[in-house]
Amino acid sequence: MTNSWTDIRNTDLVVIMGGNAAEAHPCGFKWVTEAKANRGAKLIVVDPRFTRSASVADLYAPIRQGSDIAFLMGVINYCISKDKVQWEYTKAFTNASYIVKEGFGYADGLFTGYDEGKRDYDRSSWDYEIGPDGFAVVDETLQHPRCVWNLLKAHVATYTPEMVERICGTPKDKFLKVCEMIAETSSPQKTMTSMYALGWTQHSKGSQNIRGMAMLQLILGNIGVRGGGMNALRGHSNIQGLTDIGLMSNLLPGYLNIPAEREKDFATYMSSRGFKPLRPGQMSYWQNYKKFFVSFQKAMWGAAATPENDFAYDWLPKLDVPAYDILRAFELMHQGKMNGYVCQGFNPLQSFPNKAKSIAALSKLKFLVVMDPLETETARFWENHGEYNDVDPSKIQTEVIQLPTTCFAEDEGSLTNSGRWIQWHWAAGTPPGEAKTDIWIMAQIHQRLKALYAKEGGAFADPILNLHWPYKNPADPTPEELAKELNGYAVEDIPDATDPTKVALAKGKQVVSFAALRDDGKTACGCWIYSGCFNEAGNNMARRDTSDPDDTGAYLKWSFAWPVNRRILYNRASADVQGKAWDPSRKLIEWDGSKWAGYDVPDIAPTAKPDTVMPFIMNPEGVSRLFTRGMMRDGPFPVHYEPFESPVTNVVAPKIRGNPVARLFKGDIEQFGTSAEFPYAATSYRLTEHFHFWTKHVSVNAALQPEFFVEISHELAKEKGIVNGGRVRVWSKRGSVKAKAVVTKRIKPLICDGKPVHVVGIPLHWGFTGAAKKGFGPNALTPFVGDANIETPEFKAFLVNIEPLAGPTV
Amino acid sequence: MNMDLSRRAFLRTAGAGLAGTSLGALGFGEVEEAHAAAIRPFKLAATTETRNTCTYCSVACGILLYSKGSLAKGEKAEIIHVEGDPDHPTNRGTLCPKGAALLDMVRAETRLQSPRIRKAGSDKFERISWDEALDRVVRHMKADRDANFVAKNKDGVTVNRWTTTGFLAASATTNETAFATYKVVRSAGILVFDNQARV
Repeated sequence: MTNSWTDIRNTDLVVIMGGNAAEAHPCGFKWVTEAKANRGAKLIVVDPRFTRSASVADLYAPIRQGSDIAFLMGVINYCISKDKVQWEYTKAFTNASYIVKEGFGYADGLFTGYDEGKRDYDRSSWDYEIGPDGFAVVDETLQHPRCVWNLLKAHVATYTPEMVERICGTPKDKFLKVCEMIAETSSPQKTMTSMYALGWTQHSKGSQNIRGMAMLQLILGNIGVRGGGMNALRGHSNIQGLTDIGLMSNLLPGYLNIPAEREKDFATYMSSRGFKPLRPGQMSYWQNYKKFFVSFQKAMWGAAATPENDFAYDWLPKLDVPAYDILRAFELMHQGKMNGYVCQGFNPLQSFPNKAKSIAALSKLKFLVVMDPLETETARFWENHGEYNDVDPSKIQTEVIQLPTTCFAEDEGSLTNSGRWIQWHWAAGTPPGEAKTDIWIMAQIHQRLKALYAKEGGAFADPILNLHWPYKNPADPTPEELAKELNGYAVEDIPDATDPTKVALAKGKQVVSFAALRDDGKTACGCWIYSGCFNEAGNNMARRDTSDPDDTGAYLKWSFAWPVNRRILYNRASADVQGKAWDPSRKLIEWDGSKWAGYDVPDIAPTAKPDTVMPFIMNPEGVSRLFTRGMMRDGPFPVHYEPFESPVTNVVAPKIRGNPVARLFKGDIEQFGTSAEFPYAATSYRLTEHFHFWTKHVSVNAALQPEFFVEISHELAKEKGIVNGGRVRVWSKRGSVKAKAVVTKRIKPLICDGKPVHVVGIPLHWGFTGAAKKGFGPNALTPFVGDANIETPEFKAFLVNIEPLAGPTV
Repeated sequence: MNMDLSRRAFLRTAGAGLAGTSLGALGFGEVEEAHAAAIRPFKLAATTETRNTCTYCSVACGILLYSKGSLAKGEKAEIIHVEGDPDHPTNRGTLCPKGAALLDMVRAETRLQSPRIRKAGSDKFERISWDEALDRVVRHMKADRDANFVAKNKDGVTVNRWTTTGFLAASATTNETAFATYKVVRSAGILVFDNQARV
């Protein structure tokens, strides 16, 4: 989230699209209700299903899953053609005026540089024209035919209300009503918030769905303001934290990158990370990259990371592919190229697409380790559960080691919520049986592995033998010790910059924030963006002061928000070019003539002059990007691509199937179905009574929603002879499930390009362990393909067929 | 944070004091004492209250856990009640159908009790000790790492990677667990490393 849950109260318009906050995030959704009741805010819900969020909306518009980009580009087209643009913001704070290189173009769904064989682009033409002064060339009048604004205008012109109706199945009058309501927030005194979740990410073009809305929010001037923003609701209690700390194949903590093998040494690695400003006077904050990187290496390898060995650069593994994401991991497993896998509190058998492939993949491992508080299907993938898990244990040679862990109630530490609040919690209960904390288990693995290498030698052991492990009890580090490492500390005395005879920070002291980090090895810091969370003032994540001056919803003294306790990202953009709040009633920070101050920690240097330094300090441009240069694999603007399994042909680019640069593995392409064989558009989702595959272990929730079901419309039920409460079989090219049918008015057929499209809704949650009835869930059916940029699987749009089964109706 | 005076206990004491004042002023001092003694102390007053965060979605509602026994005092602590934290700015004491049933998650029958092993081709899990389990895990890891670690690629560039064993991190563990995990996994050279951000 750019903003926070409590900030939603400040909005005028909530758009829930790609999510269902009322059911999936009920206690956060209350801030929508609050805004409606106290500010007269309106709520728009755009979804294939009439959800509980839709039931309290001022306007509900149906949409076919996988067509969000067409809808969003349609809204941008509407705003531009009706002149509903926050012009001062767009001109000053976005790259609308930047001139794009000659040679860049777009036709028939493809940008320049496409290579069909490689399923990739040469993106060299997707960039700015650079002037003789080394800066990007701009035309502030927006007259230049190749300025970003004119390219955007031409790009979105395709997406007329009629075209949106053809692609999305959203009736034109409903779509236009949505446009009118959204366009009103182009006023500097009106704002809109976007609340989205996995309904946008789980598509082969998920990243571009989100970019589409971000672009719309930028031209409306709704980023950086109270009640505005791009708000990813996020699924799990600490998935924000796990991502921030970089537990992904290609990341280091704080969104730094694991080196690729072409970056053969530290100098080469740093050479592409200079982040020279693209316009005069801009902060381009990533210029500090080296400080964050070196401080991380010091946290990893302590005294063994020296300037002489490039701070142990060689000890980091180097990537030979863009990422070893979950899909690649299971593909490699399936090919027999992996031997071991460790699952820490994660149940891939239920959570990953194409369950048959997952079982085959896990069966090829030599060993599988599962750390979890609960039984999981993954730990028992080898066990026969009849039709729910039809395997022969004697044929599966994988050794499985199951390790019992504590759960939240028995564990201490911090979790980062979707609003970036890092909140500390304390243990209340004794763990059951022999369950242990994950920290203890990880420490044990490290200590034992290190002992083996020390004794026996083996493959390159230096990074293991020298891992910095400064804990009082090496067998069981405390959460406080680890939190202090995340914050960062002085490795040796740091002299005062103005008076070298004085010490600014003594050896061993916690740094106050990442501003104190250095690239000379004198500081260590586990995750630079978390710096400030546990400094010499103490554990700031444990703060519980509920004061909130003037009721802005910021709660600056409650816990700690990254970065540097900032509650609204890009908050300098809440003020105009001179530094005055766009909306005085929603003031956030303002320029008082010498510095920035207000209700939040300014997202800019406190003394940066308002008409010089632009608000988007992480970008070398200083402004935000409507045109994203070569930074995304599938284009500098979003394009409507159909899901890989779609009930209709792509009307804007009929020759293209799916996202033209999404990565496809060979065996998976053959397993994509067509609409001739599988005519119905399926989607997966959560229910308010359940949380993924955990709550089926909870007796209360298992009683509330005991059994797997699928939802279909009355029209489809009639067509197929299915009755409410009857049994059905649903199958895709990859698998087949049996379920109870819920026939509902909450799903209606959509008319897309003149023909009806029926939606089949498939909730997750069930499996073969726990207190609920055994059930299938959707992932026996879902396709094995991910988003072109970050490989999030396409769970939200695929094709199935459905038929009634004989048997009693309930 | 195990507070010395729980919210319930505070309310109870404050309430009794107030009643005492008004009744005392009317000359019914003994009545008040008798009355207070007659009321069975509210059950939660005898428990330890601990602040925590709901383990499910990332709204991160504040919760209060009530346990018999106190970990801070080195006692065995059994959680007997969970409720929303009324001081929390986001949820203000409310919980959803999942959060309201958290107690049954903590006490689920399917909570794992001890390390177990399923041997190749077997149709059952067998109990093993922590030492056996951890030694076995580490032995597997070392054997695979030593056999498949790639120090240099075909062009002679140092790559120091291990891609035949993967690690799938969680989504509800703490940041501190995440960092400990990061250090252990990366120092081994593992690249097949992911979390639940995508699904």
